[in-house]
Amino acid sequence: MDSQTPVLTLDALPLRRRAQITAVDWSALVDEEARRLRALGIDVGAQVTVSHRGIFAGADPLAVQIGRMTVALRRVHARAMQVEAL
Amino acid sequence: MNDLSPVSLRSAALVGNPNAGKSALFNALTGARQKIANYPGVTVERKSGRLPLPDGASVELTDLPGSYGLDATSPDEEVTRRVILGELSGVDAPDVLVVVLDASNLEQHLVFAQEVIALGKPCVVALNMVDLAERDGLVLDPAALENALGVPVIPTVAVRRRGLAELTAAIAAAPAQGHSHPRAHLDMVERRMEARAMAEATIISESVKHRLHSRADELLLNPWVGPLFLLGILFIVFQAVFAWAAPLQDGLEGLVGLLIDAVKGAMPASLLRDFITDGALAGVGAVVVFLPQIIILFFFILVLEATGYMARAAFIMDRMMAGVGLSGRSFIPLLSSFACAVPGIMATRSITDPKDRLTTILIAPLMTCSARLPVYAVIIAAFIPNRPVGPGGIIGLQGLVLLGLYVAGIVGAMVVALVLRRSVTKGAASGFIMEMPKYQLPRLRDLGLGLFQRAWIFLRRAGTMIFHVTIILWLLLNFPRAEAGKDQVDASFAGHIANGLAVLVEPIGFNRDIALALIPSMAAREVAVASLATTYAVASDDEDATAHQLASQLKTHWSLPTALAFLAWFVFAPQCISTIAVTRRETNGWKWPAFMLAYLFGLAYVFAGITYWAALALGL
Repeated sequence: MDSQTPVLTLDALPLRRRAQITAVDWSALVDEEARRLRALGIDVGAQVTVSHRGIFAGADPLAVQIGRMTVALRRVHARAMQVEAL
Repeated sequence: MNDLSPVSLRSAALVGNPNAGKSALFNALTGARQKIANYPGVTVERKSGRLPLPDGASVELTDLPGSYGLDATSPDEEVTRRVILGELSGVDAPDVLVVVLDASNLEQHLVFAQEVIALGKPCVVALNMVDLAERDGLVLDPAALENALGVPVIPTVAVRRRGLAELTAAIAAAPAQGHSHPRAHLDMVERRMEARAMAEATIISESVKHRLHSRADELLLNPWVGPLFLLGILFIVFQAVFAWAAPLQDGLEGLVGLLIDAVKGAMPASLLRDFITDGALAGVGAVVVFLPQIIILFFFILVLEATGYMARAAFIMDRMMAGVGLSGRSFIPLLSSFACAVPGIMATRSITDPKDRLTTILIAPLMTCSARLPVYAVIIAAFIPNRPVGPGGIIGLQGLVLLGLYVAGIVGAMVVALVLRRSVTKGAASGFIMEMPKYQLPRLRDLGLGLFQRAWIFLRRAGTMIFHVTIILWLLLNFPRAEAGKDQVDASFAGHIANGLAVLVEPIGFNRDIALALIPSMAAREVAVASLATTYAVASDDEDATAHQLASQLKTHWSLPTALAFLAWFVFAPQCISTIAVTRRETNGWKWPAFMLAYLFGLAYVFAGITYWAALALGL
């Protein structure tokens, strides 16, 4: 990765911008949640877009488009995921 | 039939990801021949039914809970894993596994499908909802998928009954078939890559259509339109539950009343007659009176779930619920509890996280249900002067007190949720990770079946207990018999219990009359009003007149601090056996209803006491 670009995490990805997950800090997540996310295919290499954000304070949760599926997850989960805009 | 290997085929199970359309397929295959029970030892629902085979025999078909993999993360998935692997004692492993795939989401659904097929058991794949895939502009090649998976693949549209005969035939033939080429064991990442490759090979063409559901989401998850739409939906649901249910409830009560009158007319006055009318028939009345609310509320909940909107509502409300350690999924059950905690608690089944669900069940009775209103109304009318307060005097003091009681319940529930999530129901996380299903039109048949099942579960499981307790309460109030000329209630067991209770509730400002009213109102809160009316010898056929007379009687017998303490008591007190019965049914045991009773009575006692002494100190 280009050392000059700051690390972009999924929670900061602009809406409707396609990106690829490059790294996931699994240690920041509870084991059960980590397994659930992986089971949904939200893992290194997956291509995602954030399609909606929550309405109340903190823009939490997020609706993430992955393949033909939309998955709702919280910002804490998204923050553990580094993405690279495509 | 294959003569070489006469395999007896007894059972089959539907497995697949959540939202693969399994339940619709299950309903289409088994019709109304369904049995619902819980799996041994857990509250996960077991749905099974008989599937007739082409040769005239039939198999038991089970609809396993939706799962993303054999590596379970929820109790539902754990059940699926253990049933498939034959590890669940008392449940035989299914002879044939029917893997259900959403044809428009193959890339995701093929991951778990590979894992199931790799087990080497007889398998059939139902390529379900091919019509929706076509709507999305996908043209699929089932033969390519069959080739890649090595097991029969049958395209189906459950709701239009397409492909059902072919699927049934494939299930019947599966045990003799075996896998054409058993797959090597892959890990999760390899399976995911393989799934992508298989999906690509199966999709012949894909025209770029802007999918309907993403357009709907633009609107329904819009920061401005979304919440307004949700509010509108909730308004309609509430209006329906309150307004539509009332005449039906009155009708059912009237029907029970007619029965009671008929018995009274046909039998001479006796203790047996009283038992039939005031014990047994009143018990039936106490049960059926809940049916209209349950059916109306579940009609809306099932529609919201079937259309896919429920997940959106959870998404919108998640942030607010997260504040007290819950998730958006708890919102609808809690809101429903404002009408009645019974359907509210039944609605918690849609909460997947068991700790979230338990917390929601435990705080549901704190939402001010409609049964508290008659109690509040009588006490407020008697003790709170109807004078305007606030700037401009547009707010009535009575309305303000009523609002305060509602708020007290909500704040109480929030604090209790926070405390429970850090103690009794402490869990790793109540993370909100949820697939948002595609929007779909609900099918009337599935709705009808779902409604019937909810109503039946309530009648059979909770209803029997409500019925029994009503009868026990009647016995307590009527035995032992009073001597001639003496008051029956004073002589009864209930009267003696009230004497003991009076000592206990004296410190919180309650007199013996209240202690006595608390016993029958265990059946339902609103009974407290009728019971007090009896105690103060207020009798009138007209309910409004009764309330009015009772109010003036209360004013002469109770002090204001006592009345306020009584109100505070009813904010918390779990005086509703139906709620307890439903909690027992939904948590599969006595542990949690006992906990609920203890903590709610504890809170009621403490807050009634605080209210009483604070009011005394303020010189009210």
